[in-house]
Amino acid sequence: MFSYCVEPDTLEGLTWLSCYLTTGKHMGLYTSVITVLVLLAITAPVALLFGFGGATAARSHFLPLRWFGKGYSAIVRGVPDIAFFMFFVIALDQAFEWVRHQVKCPDWPDAIRQGNDFVVCAQAKLPLSTAPEWVHNTYAFFLAVLTFSIVFGAFAANVLFGAMRAVPQAQLETAEAYGMTRRQTFWRILVPQMWVYALPGLSNLWMVLIKATPLLFLLGIEDIVYWARELGGTVNARFTDYPHGDWRMWYFLALLVFYLGFTKVSEVVLDKLMKRLTHGQATAGGEAQRRAKA
Amino acid sequence: MSCFDTIQAYALRSIGIGERLLPREGYDLCQQFTLIGSGMIWNVYFGVFALCLGFFFAVALAMGKHSSNPLLRKPSEWFIFVFRGSPLFIQFFFAYFVFLAVKQSMPFLGAFTAAWLGALLVLFMNTAAYSGEIFYGALLSIPKGDIEAADAYGMTGWTRFRRITFPTMLRLAWPAYTNEAIFLFHATTLVFFSGFPVLKQQGDALYYARYFADKTFNPFIPYPILAFYFILLTLAIVGIFGLMNRRLNRHLPQERRQKMRFRPNLLR
Repeated sequence: MFSYCVEPDTLEGLTWLSCYLTTGKHMGLYTSVITVLVLLAITAPVALLFGFGGATAARSHFLPLRWFGKGYSAIVRGVPDIAFFMFFVIALDQAFEWVRHQVKCPDWPDAIRQGNDFVVCAQAKLPLSTAPEWVHNTYAFFLAVLTFSIVFGAFAANVLFGAMRAVPQAQLETAEAYGMTRRQTFWRILVPQMWVYALPGLSNLWMVLIKATPLLFLLGIEDIVYWARELGGTVNARFTDYPHGDWRMWYFLALLVFYLGFTKVSEVVLDKLMKRLTHGQATAGGEAQRRAKA
Repeated sequence: MSCFDTIQAYALRSIGIGERLLPREGYDLCQQFTLIGSGMIWNVYFGVFALCLGFFFAVALAMGKHSSNPLLRKPSEWFIFVFRGSPLFIQFFFAYFVFLAVKQSMPFLGAFTAAWLGALLVLFMNTAAYSGEIFYGALLSIPKGDIEAADAYGMTGWTRFRRITFPTMLRLAWPAYTNEAIFLFHATTLVFFSGFPVLKQQGDALYYARYFADKTFNPFIPYPILAFYFILLTLAIVGIFGLMNRRLNRHLPQERRQKMRFRPNLLR
């Protein structure tokens, strides 16, 4: 990276450290931080959407749809989320390949599940075995994002369902008295008002989501945990210009501090947002704000 | 091999009793149910011990955070902040590598690199921090009148804590604490995927579920079995904590007793 990094053996102290921390492999570590941020940026809105869908379905008057919504928000209650992560990654992959197989090779003679193997025709493989490596990586990341969204969508469905029930009944009755249809009441009265009730639950969910991102490692993504283990391990002078002992402890300490900072910043921002949203609301929080000002 | 033989061979496999090798063929329902169930021994072990030991530490942390003495308050606040603000998964990794480094200089502490002690210690501190925050919140919402009444009776110090503060705190915190207990048992599945090595393939339920999923390429059998076991476990926790809740509120008239919510908000 820097011009003085040509002969690392001769360097000492901070100069050595600055060279060490900017090697190509460390760039991989920094890129994986971006991977985590991208995951959060995509998962959060998608999970919110899934959750909204689930909560709306759970309120539906159509019985099968209501069962679906309730079942979806219930799945996360009794079972560890990590089991879902491991399940969905394989299950989704097999589901996609199965559908493609049905579409692309309708006259394939053999069964797909042969004993302990899952065999689809070559054209139905996802991604195709001829695809370049970045396609494989992107597909793995896509599966991970979808898995995260499904699991956290179920959490969000729980929160939003509770928030929809917390909106005062009188508001909905008033809307009906004005002659609004169910759909109008839902979109014009219920949805705008539910957010302030949902926010504490959603902020909690965001914290849990941040703290779940290291689980990407278990889904086979080269994320920060992967790089911390990779870079921290003992390397001797034969393979690198920067030999060192077992530093994995320090790498994980750095990750710990990174996550502490991240959650702390989120907490501060979400607190501010909550203050903004409660302003002028007919809730205990809004009332307290009004009194404090008066 | 009949199902009875399978149970004999593998029911205690996770603690090293029975067949030496894991099943290599068949992978029928009986094998999967037995072995995954056997793995649950570890999950229950971690959960029960961490919860029971963590309870006392959590009360101490809550009292510390509530105290007016900064020498007690600051360390408690920091402890709770560090363990609640960072992912458990990273805590496991970090602790494991710390224990490895410590082992080099002090070999007699080598037992901490094994999951049964090292991971238990991490889970203990983690649950103590989360429950400590719950208990602290409960301490803050103890009705002022209760304390004033205790003062009026001349109760101070230990007597007031034992008779008034502590029982009221538990009563207020109990629904949230139930939640935390459920989460702790779910978190035990992370242990063997986070640095702590699985010795002689003696792992927990998720480890065996993944073993079968990898061998058969069929996630639709082992993971639902795992889910089944965990739902049973969750129901058992809710049941036991419900009984304790009844005991805590036994002085209240029937209709005023706080009902345990069966839709707990499963977030922490």
